Amino acid sequence: MTDKRTTVDEIVGELRSGMTIGIGGWGSRRKPMAVVRAICRSDLEDLTVVAYGGPDVGLLCATGKVRKVVCGFVTLDSIALDPHWRAARQEGRVEVMEVDEGMFFLGLQAAAWRVPFLPTRAGLGSDVLRVNPDLRLVRSPYGEGSPYLGDPADADVELVAMPALRLDAAIVHTNRADGAGNGQILSPDPFFDTLFLGAAERRFLTTERVVGEGALAAGSDPLSSVQVHRMLTDGVAEAPGGAHFTANLPDYGRDEALQKEYAAAASDPAAWESFAARYVLVEEDEYRARIAERAR
Amino acid sequence: MSPGPDAPAGGAGDTGVTRAEACVVACAEAWRGAGEIMASPFGTIPALGARLAKLTFAPDLVLTDGEAALMVGAPPLATPPGELVREAAMPYRSVFDVVWSGRRHIMMMASQIDREGNQNISAVGSHERPKVQLVGVRGAPGNSVNHPTSYWVPDHSTRSFVEQVDVVCGVGYARAAGAGSGATRFHDVRRVVSNLGVFDFDTPDRTMRLRSRHPGVTVEDIVAATGFGLTVPDEVEETRLPTPEELDLIRTVLDPRATRDREVRT
Repeated sequence: MTDKRTTVDEIVGELRSGMTIGIGGWGSRRKPMAVVRAICRSDLEDLTVVAYGGPDVGLLCATGKVRKVVCGFVTLDSIALDPHWRAARQEGRVEVMEVDEGMFFLGLQAAAWRVPFLPTRAGLGSDVLRVNPDLRLVRSPYGEGSPYLGDPADADVELVAMPALRLDAAIVHTNRADGAGNGQILSPDPFFDTLFLGAAERRFLTTERVVGEGALAAGSDPLSSVQVHRMLTDGVAEAPGGAHFTANLPDYGRDEALQKEYAAAASDPAAWESFAARYVLVEEDEYRARIAERAR
Repeated sequence: MSPGPDAPAGGAGDTGVTRAEACVVACAEAWRGAGEIMASPFGTIPALGARLAKLTFAPDLVLTDGEAALMVGAPPLATPPGELVREAAMPYRSVFDVVWSGRRHIMMMASQIDREGNQNISAVGSHERPKVQLVGVRGAPGNSVNHPTSYWVPDHSTRSFVEQVDVVCGVGYARAAGAGSGATRFHDVRRVVSNLGVFDFDTPDRTMRLRSRHPGVTVEDIVAATGFGLTVPDEVEETRLPTPEELDLIRTVLDPRATRDREVRT
């Protein structure tokens, strides 16, 4: 079987400026932060980031990597709004395709299923259609007299045609994985990670620990926790603490203190420079050492 | 609003009921008769309202733990996750199954809300270059055209109750009508609860109407704090006060540390 083990730096080495990159997790939960930090210190630029946004979006905006963000929100959970995202938007540094979070889900699903769009009521009547003028409606082909019309109220109904959100690359972080590219999510919510992978050309996992073939399913955790199968994966990098400072239960909770420092650093350039020098623009082992130092 | 059958007589003065407590009851009332659906409250006072409703007149309500599960009962606010009893899984992806099946009544917050019931949580100013970037549209567009939706505004003022919201996230009545049957079929903006009163859209043109004023608040206060022409009936009742049982649940069971007072001061 193909050994897909790689490293965080090799994953980032496969990315190119201008790419559309999907980032798994949700808000400040189980974000592939080791890869995000590695992108921050790379020379990549002009990225389109597709995410249920958290500090991944904020960090990439703060380091000038992003041209456009596709999202329904950007939140730090315990802090309602990522202030780095707020600043980037208010200063006009990034474009946004802002859609309903259910539309976003359907966009990934459409890409993963290789259809150009999926229909939904979500977005109808809202300014999502005004601020994204290229979004289109689709009329149901099932009208009166059709044997397939379930409810007369839906005859010829017009719905939003959420376009497929195709990704050049996707990165998700799991609690465990094996070298073949199967991934196990032990935290309470698998979010949309398998859809990010399904929607992408190049698919990467980072994980707390790489285990042997068959070991994921052999433990006491239910087989249903192994949601990522190897047909969805091109590369797996072991990255202990790779979601830090976001939550990655049961391995670790969110580092609220560091997240607070991250958020506070948005208030002035000097604070940001010092935060970035300590916690962003450093190699991963140095980052881990600094986190260990804080815990002492 | 007519008081419940066991509502106490008299006003806020006799009972020492705080404004926050009146707001909790006003939020709880949104879920009266809701049956077996998911109640999704945003904000401290709506969270207390949903729990109060479940413990009293709406026992079949379904509440989430804020993470990825449905929880048994209606535990106090700030119950440590380890002490919650869960009854079923509800990861984010499954939430859309609930939303799009209509088995939910959400109470979202609104940075801006307008006369027609449009809500904004995305951006103040232009969307292209916001004066103030807010959290984002989140699920508001889809929620508002798929299942009952209410709003909670803890800081009622002419800045939050505006003639026209800057970005329509949650869809109001006129916008839904303009978008056709796909939008109107399940559209149901039920009520708006603010720190001053309760509002609905039971008017011929489906624009906002004052339904009740909270104890200690006058109609004039509300009109002055509202940035659009509000429909005000000839008789405006006072928001129902908590029953003794409800007051006890709020004060001693659900929110003994009175975090509700941080959201709304009397």
